[in-house]
Amino acid sequence: MEEVTTKTETTSKTKTTTLTGSEALIQSLMYEGVDTLFGYPGGAIMPVFDALYSKKDTMKHILVRHEQGAVHAAQGYARVSKKVGVALVTSGPGATNAITGITDAMMDSTPMVVISGQVNSALLGTDAFQEADVIGVSLPVTKWAYQIRRPEDIAWAVSRAFYIAASGRPGPVILDITKDAQIKTCEYSYEKTTSIRSYRPQPVPCIEKIEEAAKLINQAKKPFALIGQGVILGNAEKELIAFLEKAQIPFAWTILGLSAVPTSHPLNCGMLGMHGNVGPNIKTNECDVLIAIGMRFDDRVTGDLNTYAKQAKVIHFDIDRAEMDKNVKATVKVLGDAKRTLPLITALLEENSHPEWLEEFRKCDVKEYDCIIKDELFSETGPIKMGEVVHRVTEATGNKAICVTDVGQNQMMATRYFKFTESRSVVTSGGLGTMGFGLPAAMGAQYGAPDRMVCAFVGDGGLQMTIQELGTIMEYKIPVKIILLNNNFLGMVRQWQELFFEERYSETKMHNPDFMKIADAYEIKGKKVVNREDLDGAIAEMIEHDGAYLLEVEVEAKGMVYPMVPSGGCVSNIILGNGHSL
Amino acid sequence: MQEKTLYTITVFSENVVGVLNQITAILTRRQMNIETLSVSPSAIEDIHKFTITVFVETEEAMQKLVKQIDKRVDVLKAYYNIDEELVHQEIALYKIETAKLVATSNIEELVRKYNARILDVSDHSTIIQKTGHYAETQALFEELSESIGVLQFIRSGRIAITKSKVERLSDLLARRALIDLENP
Repeated sequence: MEEVTTKTETTSKTKTTTLTGSEALIQSLMYEGVDTLFGYPGGAIMPVFDALYSKKDTMKHILVRHEQGAVHAAQGYARVSKKVGVALVTSGPGATNAITGITDAMMDSTPMVVISGQVNSALLGTDAFQEADVIGVSLPVTKWAYQIRRPEDIAWAVSRAFYIAASGRPGPVILDITKDAQIKTCEYSYEKTTSIRSYRPQPVPCIEKIEEAAKLINQAKKPFALIGQGVILGNAEKELIAFLEKAQIPFAWTILGLSAVPTSHPLNCGMLGMHGNVGPNIKTNECDVLIAIGMRFDDRVTGDLNTYAKQAKVIHFDIDRAEMDKNVKATVKVLGDAKRTLPLITALLEENSHPEWLEEFRKCDVKEYDCIIKDELFSETGPIKMGEVVHRVTEATGNKAICVTDVGQNQMMATRYFKFTESRSVVTSGGLGTMGFGLPAAMGAQYGAPDRMVCAFVGDGGLQMTIQELGTIMEYKIPVKIILLNNNFLGMVRQWQELFFEERYSETKMHNPDFMKIADAYEIKGKKVVNREDLDGAIAEMIEHDGAYLLEVEVEAKGMVYPMVPSGGCVSNIILGNGHSL
Repeated sequence: MQEKTLYTITVFSENVVGVLNQITAILTRRQMNIETLSVSPSAIEDIHKFTITVFVETEEAMQKLVKQIDKRVDVLKAYYNIDEELVHQEIALYKIETAKLVATSNIEELVRKYNARILDVSDHSTIIQKTGHYAETQALFEELSESIGVLQFIRSGRIAITKSKVERLSDLLARRALIDLENP
């Protein structure tokens, strides 16, 4: 008892040496296996950058062109590599510039540690130069935020930060380190955190709940599984496939669940949500047992909750207790890591199959193909379509590339039509919908998966929000393939204006620069494609080119993403567009 | 608008900077207003206890709110109760003009009726203390205001203890440690 209440965490210790706070920080990062940092220097973080100078050989620092880029790059890195992404920024504006990316990582459960410099501890609260209340600002958008004011606390805080960021439902952590804590020396030893008294990241699966869930699935005539990012974050892809295949359960993925299973899997029915596939949306309201695995029933997935899956018994697998019953009330709640819960339930499943039920999804697929996909991917006349570009790129890469997207129509087209053969192949801003995410996230993804091809689909709006990262791509020769779907519009907003605002195109038309000149200025090879017959050749050139490439495709200005469940609408009333009806 | 219920939230947290900020951020985001707040060290060293009362429309909203608080890394445990499940208390202090108090004939009656105490008397003012539920401290305030006038008035946040047998925090921590041993 005494032991329990006094000991707040479990660790294992290294030998003691004397180091400056900055050296202690770098050393601690090395103990956590960090070899890549994305950052930007400034006054209050200079001692750390100085310490980094001596460790250049082991600790690679990527100098971005804006702190938002550093954080998105760290996100991209984390999402593809299973590691914790790390960003290093200065105080004040450096830290506040990082907030968008931190919020994005919080929404999308991305493990990340952001280290920000802070003014001297004696100056805290005096409105000192480049002082911002970073902890106050970041508390609502971080999993944990901590200010370090003494070098002695650095090892402890870093160890805790990495443990918190990566364990349970992952998320971003910010460590705000005062300049004096970076400069002063301390006795240093490192202890890796393995538990924290107040934090329970790994709920122990409840066998009764798993039995209840197995019983429901065994009795189900029309089971339907919804796959979220929790499966990928839990490294439970194999366990998921075993589960799905044993009872032959049709599944669909959320935007962040994409690539958890190869696209070609025979049980795959497509994507959920506002611009997801027809079958998954309609069948949500026809299934008898809905099995949600590591997903959180986002409003872009559910539409109107009052008409969402009301006929179904809902089983919710999640590691986060706060997600249970948050949006959709579950009949059975299975709390725990998918890696642990899925094998337990698979063992209790009877081998089964639902061919007629699966066939119903396939009928929806035919309808969607005839009304939407055929035209979007295989038009032979008229302007180039966005979906067509995505389709040709994915085919040209053998469906093996990592797909990074920006936000908007480019994102929906990329996630609808890109195909995957391995997990962790999609990097997109799902929860926050951050325009400008794509380009820096692609840089990070390339560092996280150096042997894979990274294709970033961006629009003309989002690209220009973080376009300065072309400088980073130039400097470090990051071989990302940037596919700019240029319609000279803020396309998704334009689409909504067409559908819901009586075609009043308020502030969505863009007068754009010559992107080829920009690419040229940044020493990035590029090609602009206007005619359909030039597209395949340009894609082949992009893929064969050893280095970064900007492929600009002039796409249909008034292209629409269909199908669509209007915001707050019922998922079964999905709109096919172009005068088609279900 | 639906009738709101007063809930009492109890939060046990590590004694670190910023926990209240984390809790209020969760409340603010949901447009919930803190009615009363009381924070103090708990029976276990380095663990602090927050007692917060808020008016909330539905128990469902309350459940979701408490789960979000409970999820914070620095929080050991958070739960909520309705008044019927609690023994709760607030303390109030009233500053009265001594001359007016002496001039009235019913000091003894007032003190007895409200089970109040006199803490301090000086030439100009007298400090009266009363503990009780909100309604009780409020009743004395109203009576004093009408009869004599109140110079200053202050009421604490609620402190509360559950009536039922709930797991003590120390037992919860011990149980968690056992679970960890069994599930390495």
